[in-house]
This record gives sequence, structure tokens and C-alpha cells, in this order.
Amino acid sequence: MIRDSLILAKRTITKMFRNPEQFIDVTVQPIIMTVIFVFIFGGAIAGSTTKYVEFALPGIIVQTIMFTSLTIGVNLNTDIQKGVFDRFRSLPIARSAPLFGAVLGDIVRHSIAITVTLVFGAIIGFEFNTPWWHVALAIALIILFAVSLCWVSVLIGMLARSSGAVQGLSFLIVFPLTFGSSTFVAASTLPSWLQGWVAINPVTHVIESMRGLLTGTTAVAGDTIAGQILWVLASCVVLIAVFFPLATWAYRRKI
Amino acid sequence: MTAAVEAHGLTKSFGKTRALDGIDLVVEEGRVLGVLGPNGAGKTTAVRILATLLRPDSGTATVAGFDVTHHPKDVRRKIGLTGQYASVDEDLTGIQNLVMIGQLLDLSTAQARVRANELLAEFDLTDAARRLTKTYSGGMRRRLDLAASLIGRPDVVFLDEPTTGLDPAKRDDVWDMVRVLVKQGTTVLLTTQYLEEADALANEITVIDHGRVIAHDTPQGLKRLVGGQTLEVRASVLSDLPRIEELLTAVGTRAPEQPSPDLFSVPVSDESALTTVVATLAAEHIPVSELSLRLPSLDEVFYSLTGQREQVAESEGKAA
Repeated sequence: MIRDSLILAKRTITKMFRNPEQFIDVTVQPIIMTVIFVFIFGGAIAGSTTKYVEFALPGIIVQTIMFTSLTIGVNLNTDIQKGVFDRFRSLPIARSAPLFGAVLGDIVRHSIAITVTLVFGAIIGFEFNTPWWHVALAIALIILFAVSLCWVSVLIGMLARSSGAVQGLSFLIVFPLTFGSSTFVAASTLPSWLQGWVAINPVTHVIESMRGLLTGTTAVAGDTIAGQILWVLASCVVLIAVFFPLATWAYRRKI
Repeated sequence: MTAAVEAHGLTKSFGKTRALDGIDLVVEEGRVLGVLGPNGAGKTTAVRILATLLRPDSGTATVAGFDVTHHPKDVRRKIGLTGQYASVDEDLTGIQNLVMIGQLLDLSTAQARVRANELLAEFDLTDAARRLTKTYSGGMRRRLDLAASLIGRPDVVFLDEPTTGLDPAKRDDVWDMVRVLVKQGTTVLLTTQYLEEADALANEITVIDHGRVIAHDTPQGLKRLVGGQTLEVRASVLSDLPRIEELLTAVGTRAPEQPSPDLFSVPVSDESALTTVVATLAAEHIPVSELSLRLPSLDEVFYSLTGQREQVAESEGKAA
């Protein structure tokens, strides 16, 4: 099963390199997001672009990874619609191999997106104020969160009728999660009802963990980096406990 | 002879729709079975069950000696499947598709590459091997799909409507490839909506409708059952129509029909009818704009078969 999953993961990666739009998703898109937020809004929000890149870059990485992790459902749905899965199912491979292959391939996509964003951030003035292993921990943490979140997308991908519907539903989930957090502005500037949502939004904790691990300080007063990381690990456990069984159940029903 | 495919009493429902209502199918080793039926007859459902993609609600089936519900993995090692819709990955090149499937069939990368190149050459796709398959034409895609199902040298190949949507020249290409397969000893089960296709390729034909088998025979037997071929004559001069009708009445097995104002068609039992009609038309200097002998269409097959079934029911009713 491991060999089959790796062969199918290679398929995801090959497709990414052969298809400009999929490659743009993990290379050009995070750069454009960074440019837009840092250079256009940076001055207005933080007074200077160099100050703002330090604040926004961890959040931009999280946002990029959230969007990337939700494409798995769109891709799986397309494979089913186009009959590619029927071909796989007529082969003597494990039923779960196409699913785990897609997840493994996505981890490679995430790594590329993270690397591109960090390198571009460094070029435009992002300073890593923490030891290297904090950076490594940040990357591992965001990938862990992405792999926990992707089961939501797998579930939607198995239940929705068309890949367009999967895309629409996924966006509905991603937008309040990413923008309703401390990605782009400190939570203290928000109206109080929204602050309530931001405080319980798991993505806020992911962003604050990233911010803490990459810059050494979080934007939330009175909370430690370790505390934030524990929150993230807890949300990963909840996501996996709820959505992994549901997603694999829906997958087995289809496959 | 042993059966490569044997199914008994297969049923399958989707919600309230009964897609299969007790189907029996048998294909002897090295032979070709044509499963003929209109859209929605249950052909694809039957193939999906035999290829282990679906579980039947009841009934049993063995393929290459293995039970499809209890040993699906063993069945999958022995079969190749070409779906109604080409199921290659559009975002990979032809060779990437074939190599990937080879690897999934436990070939080493090197072996998979050799086998892929072999099949690309055989299916005349070597020049297009490194292009994304979404740029392929319909015929090329169908050929790649067929190649993909042959990588593991399967004993049994399922072809689900292999030529639907192809123009006649491309269709002939696919037919030739199926004949090569059969020559190599492969057992083939193909579904089709065209009697002509089943007649050209199959040793035996099973006709299904509404999830049931309504006839099973050799192509010759089936053609005899449905009245063989149809002779059509289109008049150039409308005043000749009465004479043409008379002529066709003389050679036909039923009264001629008039599907359009200048056209008469009649079922005939053998080809000599054509010679008779041509000779008479020539002798009497009657010009015609069209003269053809063709196999009955699926509609006509069903008309004859279901009509006959009703007759059988009637006579049984009388006997009782």
C-alpha cells in the first residue's frame, strides 16, 4: 500500500508541474498575496511595510496553506467524475492508496508554498528572530494543521455532486476562518463580537503559533507561544477525530 | 471449454431503480461476448459488477475463476477495463499514464516504461506519447484507454461501449485492435448499442433490456430471429413508387414500410433479394436514388424481440 500511495503521490506532483494553474497556486499566488498586503495595506495598517511584513507573513503562509489543503476535495471529486478512479479501482491496489497518495502529494505542495513564501518574505525584509529549529517547528506545525484540515475537504469532495460545488463550499469555510482571525490585523482592533469569534477560531491559534515561532512574539497579550501551540495540537486532534472517520466513511462508500 | 466469465442471477438496485433484474452471462475462454442493449438497459452496471467496481445485491459471478465479491483483488489482477468514458488522467501525458498504471500493477519503473512504449507503438501513439492527454482527439484517447487496460496482459478484457462517439474510420481501428486481442487469446466482453458492432466482433450476443436478458444467440441466430437484413429503395420518380412497393412485397418477409415519402424498406431473409430487385429495376428502367441492404438497427431488433415475446406470452396464454 505504501508503494502504491507513493506512486499516486508522484502523480499529484507531476500534475502540479505539468499544469501552470496548479503550479501558480503554490508559487505565484503566495507572492502576490504578500505583495498586495505588505505593500498596499502595510503602510496604512502598521505605519511601514517593513513593520507589517513581520506581522503579516506568518498569516499569509497560513492562509495559503488553508486554500491549498482544501483543493484535495476538488481534485478527488474531479477524478471520480472523469472516471480516473474507476481505473484505479479496477487495479489490484489498496482502496485507500489513491486517498493517501493525494494527501502525500499535497504535503509536497504545502512545502513548496511555504518555502516560496518564506524566501520571498526574507527578500522583502522579513527577519527571523528565532533559532532555526523554531522555524522548522513552525513549518511542521502548519503542515500538521493542513493534513488535519484536509479531511473536511475530502468529506465535501465525496458528498458534493460537482467539483464546482466542492470549490464553493470550501471557500465558504475558508473565508471566515482566515479573515476572521488575526491574519492581517491585531484582534484588539476589531469590534467586540468579532473578537469573540477570533478568540475561538482555531486558525487564530495557528497564526499566533507561527508568529511566535518565526518572530518571537505573538500579537495576543498574556499568552505564551507554548500555550498557542497546545491549542493548535488540540484542534488538530479534534479535526482528525471528527472528520477523518467521516471522510474515510464517505470515501469507502464512493470507492 | 471453461467459462472465463460466468454470472448468475445478478441483481442491483439504485434507490428505486432496478438496474439489473437477474442477469445471467457466460463467456467461454478466448471468445467474445457482445452485450447489446439501449441506454439504461443495465449494460454498464453489469460490467461494473464483473470488474469489481460495484457489489451485486444478489447473484454470483466469477471472472477468470475468482468470485467477484469474495476475491475482488484476484479478479483485478486478471482483468482490463475500458470504461464508457475514457478514464485516463487528462493532466498527464500518454506515457506518464501508462507507466503509472504499470507501476501500480507491480512492474518496476524500467519494466513499466518498456511495456508502455510497446503499447504506444502498437496503438500508433508513439508520436503523441509526451503530450498531455487532454490535447488528444477522441480516437487517440480511446486508443490510449484501451492500451491502459492491456498493460497487465489481462486474461479478460471488459470494453464498455468502446466505439460510442467515434467516427466510422476510428471505429474500424478499434475493431481491428479488438480482433488482435482475441487472436492473442484474450477473452472479451463488450457492451454496445449497435447490432453491427456485435455482429462484427462477437461470437455470441446477449441482448438485455430493463435489466433482464431478452435474447441470447450467435449473431447469425439473432439475425434470423429478427428478420435478417433490411432492403431499402429510394425512388427518383415518385410515380414509380407503386411498382417499387410491389417488388419489395414480393421479396420481403413482411409488408414493406414507408419511413419517408419516397422510401420503402422491407426485411429480407437473404442477400439474393438484392440481386432480384436490382435485376428487375434494370429490366424495367426504373431509376432509383438509393438502394441499400443493411442490418436491422437496435430499434428494429427490440421491436422484433419484444414483439415476439408478446406473441409467446399470448400463445402460452392460449395453451393454458
